Amino acid sequence: MSFVWSGVMIFGLGLLLLGNVDIAVSSMLEGGSKAITLALKLWGIYAVWLGLLKIVEETELDKKLCKLFKPVIRLLVGKTDSYTENQIAINITSNMLGMGNASTPSGINAIAGLDKGSRYATAGMIMILILNATGLDLIPTTVIGLRVMAGSNAPTDIIIPTFIATFVNTLVGIVLVKLFSKIFKDKQ
Amino acid sequence: MSQYILPIMIISILLYGLLKRKNIYNAFVVGSKSSFDLVLTSLPYIVAIFVAVEVFNVSGLSMVFADFVSPVFEFFGVPKELSQLVILKNFTGCGSLALLEDIFATYGVDSYLARAGCCIAGCSEAIFYITAVYFSKTKVTKFRYAIPVGVLANFVGAMVSCLICKII
Repeated sequence: MSFVWSGVMIFGLGLLLLGNVDIAVSSMLEGGSKAITLALKLWGIYAVWLGLLKIVEETELDKKLCKLFKPVIRLLVGKTDSYTENQIAINITSNMLGMGNASTPSGINAIAGLDKGSRYATAGMIMILILNATGLDLIPTTVIGLRVMAGSNAPTDIIIPTFIATFVNTLVGIVLVKLFSKIFKDKQ
Repeated sequence: MSQYILPIMIISILLYGLLKRKNIYNAFVVGSKSSFDLVLTSLPYIVAIFVAVEVFNVSGLSMVFADFVSPVFEFFGVPKELSQLVILKNFTGCGSLALLEDIFATYGVDSYLARAGCCIAGCSEAIFYITAVYFSKTKVTKFRYAIPVGVLANFVGAMVSCLICKII
C-alpha cells in the first residue's frame, strides 16, 4: 500500500513539476476536500444503516441470517466468534443486495473481530476483503442509473454480462486467497 | 423489481422488531451514534486515497501508465480505450464512474466500449480504497497478498467483461 501510494504521489507530482506546476498543490488539496465531501455523504449513509443494523442485532435476526450462511463462512473464513460471524453474514448479504457503501460498517467490524492485534493480515481478513473488492452485488444499480441518464436504449443489457464477470472474478479471488494462504502461512 | 427488495426488507425488520417487543427507536438511535466513530476512524484513509487519486489523474500519470500497460491489456482482450478505466477502478469507485460517463459521451452509451466499460465498473470494487478503509479499526499494516489478489481478480473480471460484451 505504502509502495503504491508513494509511487503515485512522487511520479504524479514529478510529472506536474515538468508540466503544469501551478496545479500541483491545488490538486492535492482538491483531493482532500473531495474526500471530506465523500466522508460527509458516507456519514449520512452509515448513520441510517448502522441504526437499522442495530435493530437487526437487537431482534437477533442477524443470528438467523448467520445460521443460513454458517457453512459458507466456515468454508471461506474459518472458525471465529459468533459476533464476527454475524457481522460477516450481514456483510455478505448487504453486498449481494447491492447496498454499496452500506456494507462497509459490517465489513470493518468483521475484520476488527478477526483482529488479534498483529501487524499482519490473516487469511480470514484477506478473504473478507477480497469478497468485498470483487463486488458480489447481483444488480449493478448505480451503473444502470448512469446508463438511463445517458439516454441508453437498453440500460439493463449489461446485467447479465456484469453478473458473469463478477461471478468469475469473485471465484478467482476466493481460489487465489485459498491458494496463497496455503503457500504463505499466517504470521504472528 | 429490484427496487422493492430493500424497502420490503426494512419494513419486515421493523415489524419483526415490534413483534418481539423491542424498543426499535432506541436501537436505531444507538446504532446511528456509532456512525460518528466509523467516519472518524476511516476519514484519514479516505483522504490519503483521494489525494493520491487526484494527483494520479490531474498529473496525467494515469494516462501515461495506461498507455504503458495497454499493449499487455490488449493481449488479454481489453481494448486500449478502456485501460485507464480498468486501472482507475482499483483506486476509486466514484472516480471511475466519472470516467465511464466520459466514455459514454465519446463512444455513445450503447457502443461496445461503453457496455464493456459498464461491466468493468459494475463487476468490481476499488481494492485500494477498500483495503485502506476496512483495516482502519485494526493495527494491521502488512496486507500481504491482499492487494495483488484483488488487482488480479478484478483484471480477470475486466477480461471477462470485454469478452462477454463482444459475444452478447
